[in-house]
Amino acid sequence: MLALSLRGLTKTYKNGNQALKGIDLDVEEGDFFALLGPNGAGKTTTIGIVTSLVNKTAGHVSVFGIDTDLELERAKSCIGLIPQEMNFNMFETPQAIVENQAGFYGIPRRLARERTEKYLRQMQLWDRRKSMARSLSGGMKRRLMIARALVHEPRLLILDEPTAGVDIEIRRSMWEFLTEINAAGTTIILTTHYLEEAESLCRNIAIIDRGHIAMHDTMPNVLRRLQSEVFVLNLHDPAAAVPALPAMGVKQIDPVTLEVELNKDQDLNAVFAVLSAAGLRVMSMRNKVNRLEELFMRLVSQEAPGATGSVP
Amino acid sequence: MKVAASRATENLIGFMTILRREYDRIIRIWGQTLVPPAMTSTLYFIIFGGLIGARVGSFDGIPYMQFIAPGLIMMAVITTSYGNVVSSFFGAKFGKHIEELLVAPLPPSLILLGYLGGGLIRGLLVGALVTVVTLLFTHIRVDHPWLVVASVVLTSLTFALGGFINAVFAKTFDQINWFPTFVLTPLTYFGGVFYSITVLPGWAQSLSHANPVLYMVNTFRYGFYSRSDVNLTVAWSLMVATVGVLFALAYVLLKRGTGVRD
Repeated sequence: MLALSLRGLTKTYKNGNQALKGIDLDVEEGDFFALLGPNGAGKTTTIGIVTSLVNKTAGHVSVFGIDTDLELERAKSCIGLIPQEMNFNMFETPQAIVENQAGFYGIPRRLARERTEKYLRQMQLWDRRKSMARSLSGGMKRRLMIARALVHEPRLLILDEPTAGVDIEIRRSMWEFLTEINAAGTTIILTTHYLEEAESLCRNIAIIDRGHIAMHDTMPNVLRRLQSEVFVLNLHDPAAAVPALPAMGVKQIDPVTLEVELNKDQDLNAVFAVLSAAGLRVMSMRNKVNRLEELFMRLVSQEAPGATGSVP
Repeated sequence: MKVAASRATENLIGFMTILRREYDRIIRIWGQTLVPPAMTSTLYFIIFGGLIGARVGSFDGIPYMQFIAPGLIMMAVITTSYGNVVSSFFGAKFGKHIEELLVAPLPPSLILLGYLGGGLIRGLLVGALVTVVTLLFTHIRVDHPWLVVASVVLTSLTFALGGFINAVFAKTFDQINWFPTFVLTPLTYFGGVFYSITVLPGWAQSLSHANPVLYMVNTFRYGFYSRSDVNLTVAWSLMVATVGVLFALAYVLLKRGTGVRD
């Protein structure tokens, strides 16, 4: 079953800006899906329409097969949203914010209280449940929005830049938590600027640019489209000069670190042979992260993107 | 059938949650929401009722202090019902937490009723407080209790709806202060709170009949003393029609997402 299906989704704002130009997108139930795009590409507009924060101009949205034009409230009850910007009352307590949100979804008070405790504890906010929300740190506020979005236990969780401004430790623990709830059956759609985040968490990906879906495929397929890869080599002794590696891009980062870019048809043995002949010992090697970023930059810099690919 | 019943229960829980949140807000900031109208009314009673009222005498045999009491209660209900909804809804828009309601599976009618309920609760609480203040200065008789209740509820709803519509269109805090300053206060002061329009010249009496607050104050006063400057059938019809029209307008605005959705 499809958790989310968009057909011909169009949005033109009052100022004439056409944010979405008829996008089609499917997200399978149980997926961990990345929706990427540069600022102004249409990600937040898409999420806004799905969660009914933005009025669509044309097109259809269905959530778990429920058409939002016919049964909006039923469709909304399946969705949990963690928005990009803080959108809770800063003068309320975390407990009141989460408990009230449960009430807005029709959850009886007793159950709402139990779930509020459960999710505030999971987000390590239970000790601060009586504090004014405005007194929480940036990371705590983000976690509060996660607890609030989960309190009605949605089947589809949408996260718009959830880890922006969150320190590495909290970001990692959020990743673990999201992986857990996805494994438990919650479909997750994620937008992020940290492409490493999308690469390590998501199974499928769509890249949106200027209101079009520029690419929609599985993460491995997307990464396979890369024509080259960059490896970082750590040397035992400083290299006096950059060794000549024919048809490969070599950059010396510092005396003991080299970056080598290889095309897909080139092999690492040739690199090691040249370095060995030059008397250089390679102590360790790693793949340079943010491969997705490279592809992303390449895609969004193209002038006329069109919808391509599909999720197999 | 079962699904519909379950949906209705969920809607009721959602509505009660909005109502409780509004009530909690009123109580949390009681120094701003409940005390000022009681204080203002006390001053009105001391100055207009005590000091000046003694020289005014009476209207239709009702001592001045007693005459103005229903008007002062109604004035407090009007300003607080309006103020509660406009500040709460605009605050939710400004702070973006209106999105908590917009993403939830709540029909627009229930969101609207929740905010109106908040305005009504505060209007009635303040009305009760000002009544207590009134009883410290004078006694009042109540000839028609149900008419008192009906007129105060309709008036509170009218101005709660007014506050809601103002908040929908407002983009700045200035815009939520404009209406009470330049429209609400003059209408209230010229709405027969402090005088009977029978003391006005003919043209001013005619003009006063275009003021909706006049009908509200007089139906309310009729509930106490069986005395009114306006035709009661016309007054009740106008009040009910106003609530109906304003509710329909507010509902359409919220359903379209005016001021809250792009």
